[in-house]
Amino acid sequence: MLKRRLIPKLQMKARHIGRSERMVLVATIQFDEVVDIGDPVSQAKIYEAQAADELIFLDLDASLENRETRVDVVRKAAEEIFMPITVGGGVRTIADFRRLLSNGADKISVNTAAVKTPDLIERASDTFGAQCVVLSIDYRQAKDGEYYVWIEGGRVKTSLNPVDWAIAGERRGAGEILLTSIDRDGTRRGLDLEITRRVAENVSIPVITSGGCGAASHFVEGFLAGKADAVSAGTYFCFKDENTMQTRAQVKNAGIPIRLHR
Amino acid sequence: MIGIVDYGMGNLLSVYNALEMVGADVQLCPEPKQLQTVERIVLPGVGAFRDCMVNLKKKGFVEALEDAVLGKSKPILGICLGMQAMARRSFEGGEYQGLGWIDADVVRLQPNDSLRVPQIGWNDIIYQLDSPLFSSLPPAPDFYFVHSYYMKCHNEINVDATCDYGGLVTVAIRKGNIFATQFHPEKSQEYGLKILENFLQWNP
Repeated sequence: MLKRRLIPKLQMKARHIGRSERMVLVATIQFDEVVDIGDPVSQAKIYEAQAADELIFLDLDASLENRETRVDVVRKAAEEIFMPITVGGGVRTIADFRRLLSNGADKISVNTAAVKTPDLIERASDTFGAQCVVLSIDYRQAKDGEYYVWIEGGRVKTSLNPVDWAIAGERRGAGEILLTSIDRDGTRRGLDLEITRRVAENVSIPVITSGGCGAASHFVEGFLAGKADAVSAGTYFCFKDENTMQTRAQVKNAGIPIRLHR
Repeated sequence: MIGIVDYGMGNLLSVYNALEMVGADVQLCPEPKQLQTVERIVLPGVGAFRDCMVNLKKKGFVEALEDAVLGKSKPILGICLGMQAMARRSFEGGEYQGLGWIDADVVRLQPNDSLRVPQIGWNDIIYQLDSPLFSSLPPAPDFYFVHSYYMKCHNEINVDATCDYGGLVTVAIRKGNIFATQFHPEKSQEYGLKILENFLQWNP
């Protein structure tokens, strides 16, 4: 039976140390209030030892010129980590896709560029296969109660509804959807089950949900009430004395099919 | 020396890194003639079937592979699309001829319940207990999958492993010196590396 997945999310920003630039692992709260954690590759190795199911690397400074640094992180991670790696942040062109894929990424997530030039999804899907195109959707609830997709790392609001955009993304050839609730990001108060469920019920491709995990029970809710195929978390795995193995055991106890390590 | 067929389809680096990890002497082979000097071959692949066959033909790999695998009986490991390429034909986006080494068709996953396509993630498999490629693995190990199509064998004897995805799906085949997996051993952590190790020691 196919297992549900736990996916640590490694968010990175570029930092200048002396004259050199390197990527640093960070945690965010509502896409703001950045806290530095450490080295992304070292942290990825810890997640590998804890038998995470996949990893997502997100470059939060993607608009800046730090692409070499990011490719380095992906290449180093791929040398030592034998599980699927998704990379995202600032991917705009087919050449960006090719560059990251040839340096060890398995899947590429697109967000802002997919909204601005939706045919990027089709072209990438035709060129590399739907399985490596992850449509990343950041969204938040407006004062009127409606949900809207935000782009540019949560700085720019669009008129798109996240559920409609997920459906459109599937139609254009995305192979997976990565949902992130900006409102809940880093707050540890639980996933947005409502939007997760509505997306999961309206697309036939896998749905990864994220934003708000603070307890193992939140993962369980994401799978049961949210009907997600995978739950991703950054802050939860970075800070808490919780690791994927412990979380996995609690998910298993709730009767959800999940991979057990050894 | 183990050669990875480099024909422009997918993430060769991961396969390269994983083979090095288990101690192999690995060489990327962008030229078909390089297949003459290697002892073992890995045919990876991610993407669409049609492009895969077009690229293999365009770069002259079809004859080189036939010579090495069918002529000289070198052990070969196909991965994902590299496995599907070994079938007679595929129905992905039309009907296309494959290498034709295995009497099989590549067809779309049609799970009989509400499961999603593509199948993405970890699934447990049932393998032939006498298969040297699955030697020293526990029963029902999990492997990482990402695919929308799979190989439907006409000859049961070629099936080396299956998984359940809303019905029985062939996930590994073995025939003489040919072995292939639908899942990604290079992305399946410890168990995946074990399969690569077994392949390096395999003497069909």
